Amino acid sequence: MRHIEIAKVGYEYAGTAGPVTALREVTVDVATSEFLCLVGRSGCGKTTLLNLVAGFLSPTRGEIRISGRIVTGHGLDRGVVFQDFAQLFPWRTAQRNVEFGLEMRGAGAAERTETARRFLRLVDLERFAGAYPHELSGGMQQRVAIARALAYNPAVLLMDEPFAALDALTRDEMQRLLVDVWAETRKTVLYVTHNVAEAVYLADRVIVLSPHPGTVVADVRVALPRPRDPLSLAFLEYQRTIVGHLGGRG
Amino acid sequence: MRRSGVRTVVGALVAFGVVALGWEVFARSGSLPPAITPPVEAIAAALARMIGDGTLFVHVGYTLGRIAAGLGLAALAGVPLGMLMGRFRPVERFVLPLVSVLSPIPSLAWVPLFILWFGLGNTASVALVFYAALFPLILNTWTGVCSVNRLWIRAAESMGARSGAIFRHVVLPGALPFVIAGLRQAFARGWIAVVGGEMIAATRWGLGWVIFDSKEFLNTDVMLGSLAVIGLLGLGVERLVFAALERRTVERWGLVRRTSA
Ligand SMILES: Nc1ncnc2c1ncn2[C@@H]1O[C@H](COP(=O)(O)OP(=O)(O)O)[C@@H](O)[C@H]1O
Ligand SMILES: [Mg+2]
Repeated sequence: MRHIEIAKVGYEYAGTAGPVTALREVTVDVATSEFLCLVGRSGCGKTTLLNLVAGFLSPTRGEIRISGRIVTGHGLDRGVVFQDFAQLFPWRTAQRNVEFGLEMRGAGAAERTETARRFLRLVDLERFAGAYPHELSGGMQQRVAIARALAYNPAVLLMDEPFAALDALTRDEMQRLLVDVWAETRKTVLYVTHNVAEAVYLADRVIVLSPHPGTVVADVRVALPRPRDPLSLAFLEYQRTIVGHLGGRG
Repeated sequence: MRRSGVRTVVGALVAFGVVALGWEVFARSGSLPPAITPPVEAIAAALARMIGDGTLFVHVGYTLGRIAAGLGLAALAGVPLGMLMGRFRPVERFVLPLVSVLSPIPSLAWVPLFILWFGLGNTASVALVFYAALFPLILNTWTGVCSVNRLWIRAAESMGARSGAIFRHVVLPGALPFVIAGLRQAFARGWIAVVGGEMIAATRWGLGWVIFDSKEFLNTDVMLGSLAVIGLLGLGVERLVFAALERRTVERWGLVRRTSA
């Protein structure tokens, strides 16, 4: 079933030196519970596309539908995780950060506490429920952000290079954890990255964007069983294919 | 941490000891008449007298009461105004020019007018503190609201927060480090204003009034003793009230580093 439909979407920024066309004629469908990765070089419009789906921006052309309804703004059917660790509220503990969405929805205190605990456990941070963000490492902060985006139970999870600022070892760990979380929650995930190996590790499907203006150049289905072995020949073959679509060194 | 704290205190004691000793030598040298350069014992004795008959506490009480009232009123007016400026452009365009012109005027320059308007007494001193404290509060709060991380607002929006909730749960706490910095500055300016104002505008009570009143009878020991109290009290409030406030909020949240004690 089609969950997210991006139909002939274009987006133009009113830049200071005249308009900048960030996206042109982008058409992508994401199935329910599918894990879709958007890859492309820096500046090709990945963040723009994610912000359009999140409802922070409105398309200048085309339309985006979620569960058949046109997106007109942000909504509780989508959870967003940003790249920047600073997305957490520094004045709230991990627990209270995760409770935020439930609080906005008017959930009672008992339900909030219970649900937040459950999602902190899901990202393996139950012991740090009482810690403030600045007391947590970057990887832990991003895990809190994932728990926070999932806690109010959106059907769609939007992630913009959430692990790009982490060291390689932590990133591998986080990718494994994310696959587990996804397997357990069965969310529809739209995940932006410029890291091809990450895309092949995570995705059911990889969409390759080319820059200036951003447009879809390839749609690759990754038919590898999970958990995936990044050193297997088949894995490397997928990487090679996608790097080829990116046009060169990746 | 503890060791460096002890060192700081020892360093301060040594510094004050050296200054007191220098003063003592100067006072006893006879280069100025002894009546206007009282030695340290005389200053201490004057303070002991004022503590003994309880007048010191009344003076301190009046001065603290005036600054608390002025600062409180300034916070009630300045913080909301700064918030509105940060949120609504027209308010900013209207208020900013006024603040920019009024803020550099030393509060003490208003004393004669305030006496004409409010008469001698508490009102003039409180109004003076209000004036001195208002602008740091407005400007810092405004800066705080403007510098709230956009990402927090986006995150809150994506979790269904409407503008009222964003204001309460994101903008207010996000701007708090600046508001506290504003309170600190406002207190420092208000403290100068209250003492200065009391010299001219107060009747019978207040640390500023004591100093000015002592001039009549050349009670330089009382003057210097009161000055010491003013300095210590200012430091005490700064350390006890504002440092505690910071420890509980912005420091715990990792938004500012601990200022060395
Ligand atoms: N606010 C903006 N104003 C003008 N141009 C922008 C703005 N944001 C992004 N762009 C331009 O749009 C293009 C796509 O940006 P972005 O979506 O951030 O790319 P990516 O996330 O893939 O690195 C870039 O060329 C960038 O310069
Ligand atoms: Mg980006």
